[in-house]
Amino acid sequence: MTRANTIRDRILSVILTILSVAWVYPVVMILLNSLKKETAITTGTAFELPSGETFAGLENYVNAIESKGFATAFWYTLVITLTSVALILICCSMCAWYITRVHTWYSRALYFLFVFSMVVPFQMLMFTLSATADRIGSASTIGSIAQRFGLSAPAGLADISLLPLNTPYGICIIYLGFGAGLAVFMFCGFMKSVPIEVEEAAMIDGCGPVRTFFFVVLPILKPTLISVGILETMWLWNDYLLPYLTLDRTKGYMTIPILIQYFRGSYGRVEMGPMMASIMLNVIPIIVVYLLCQKHIIKGVAAGAVKG
Amino acid sequence: MEKAIKRFWPVFVLPTFAAFLIGFVWPFLQGLYLSFCKFTTIDKAQWNGLKNYLYALTEAEFLHSFWFTALFTVVSTICINVAAFAIALALTRSIKGTNVFRSVFFMPNLIGGIVLGYIWNILLNCALTLLGKPLLSLHAPYGFIGLVILMCWQQIGYMMIIYIAGLQSIPNDYLEAARIDGANDRQILWRIKIPNVMPSITICLFLSLTNGFKLFDQNLALTAGEPNHLTEMLALHIYNTFYARSGAVWKGYGQAEAVLFCILVIAISLVQLRATRSKEVQQ
Repeated sequence: MTRANTIRDRILSVILTILSVAWVYPVVMILLNSLKKETAITTGTAFELPSGETFAGLENYVNAIESKGFATAFWYTLVITLTSVALILICCSMCAWYITRVHTWYSRALYFLFVFSMVVPFQMLMFTLSATADRIGSASTIGSIAQRFGLSAPAGLADISLLPLNTPYGICIIYLGFGAGLAVFMFCGFMKSVPIEVEEAAMIDGCGPVRTFFFVVLPILKPTLISVGILETMWLWNDYLLPYLTLDRTKGYMTIPILIQYFRGSYGRVEMGPMMASIMLNVIPIIVVYLLCQKHIIKGVAAGAVKG
Repeated sequence: MEKAIKRFWPVFVLPTFAAFLIGFVWPFLQGLYLSFCKFTTIDKAQWNGLKNYLYALTEAEFLHSFWFTALFTVVSTICINVAAFAIALALTRSIKGTNVFRSVFFMPNLIGGIVLGYIWNILLNCALTLLGKPLLSLHAPYGFIGLVILMCWQQIGYMMIIYIAGLQSIPNDYLEAARIDGANDRQILWRIKIPNVMPSITICLFLSLTNGFKLFDQNLALTAGEPNHLTEMLALHIYNTFYARSGAVWKGYGQAEAVLFCILVIAISLVQLRATRSKEVQQ
């Protein structure tokens, strides 16, 4: 390496360091502000460090968790994300295996439909999807099903819905449908390169299709499972509009992005303290997970991009 | 083997397909139908022919949001890709701490749009106050610049990862051979590196194009379309037509605009498919 090159690398290092400080700063700024007293957070002073007078400790965090519903929102977001990702991984990998191994016109049509759904923007579906979720949610209560058959349901059970698409538990089914496109596409892309001989050997030895899939195919799929899992988790944890329109807010169902948007919209005056704390409480788990499995995340994202 | 698997379709395909019908196919078809109707709820839809489309194509606000989105997409695509490629070039030289830099630049990508929007809303408004300028929501050009900065912050890391993967897959022989033949750094960049990462460039360009057109969360959180709908992008405009207006006609207009928006995004994706395919043939 020549002298000119080392000097140039030094300069580059300095520029990159400055840039990465600029990259981290916005998050650090929110962290500092979340430690300030409510009254000290104003538009013009966001850059100032918390001082003796304005330092509030963890007050905002306690406030956000205890009285602003952060704990509930966090719980629902966690339930939605974990359940949906599990559903997507299992169901879509099974579906993708079927599509790649069975060659008929309908398996090809199905593949085309899934790929098509990846492209369609959510605004196209938002009204009809949330209306469908509401309607199925209320039409599938035990009370209304019983009514259809001319019966009356036991009082305690009448309000329980069999397919509650507008709750954090049922919304996972919608996510399975809406997130299937990307998952099936990525699984199919990988499965085409998996040698079919292994599966054939297993089936000749007497393995049924279900066992072959779970004990032979699924272990081979592991790297793709991780990639798809990461991509879907990133989407689900941060998704705003779908749960906002679909979840029945009269029953207090919320996710973290909805809660943060709520601080703006409904209280009239923005409660900056708890909002900053909620932002941090949303970002901290992301950063922790990122630091723990950075390699997988970066690989997964790159795989998703190259195939998409 | 195929026959054995075929019989098991209820196990393998049905769960995903049923959810897909509820979550995509049915709402999509219904949305397509409703775009020709006047409705407030799905039950009370009246056939309205092409009126919704005619209205959408002549409404000034919709057209403004289209041009605003297009301009934003072009500007942000250029900024993001130039910066991401430059950083990727720097990070593929053997500088100390490459991994740290890479992690840091990628980090914003994991944070959701709503949260990103508020973070930058607070930061930029503070900066503007200190400079004595009007706030983001009062002056549309600032809103535009703010959106571009926000998108750069979020997306540069992502595109950088793809470019790094592309740059690292160039065989070292090429670079060595070029150096032995006496090529300087600039020639190596333009004649060897850029032609060899063309597939990555196509992918990144289209990713940032579709991301720009579909942008919603960041727009809502950063400017919410203020002032007076001037910084409203297509997705947000459609959302507001649906939910922020009262009256029997608006939902139909919104749905028609959504269909047009959908066609636009699909068209971009088809061009992308074409472009990536023709690149594959060349290699």
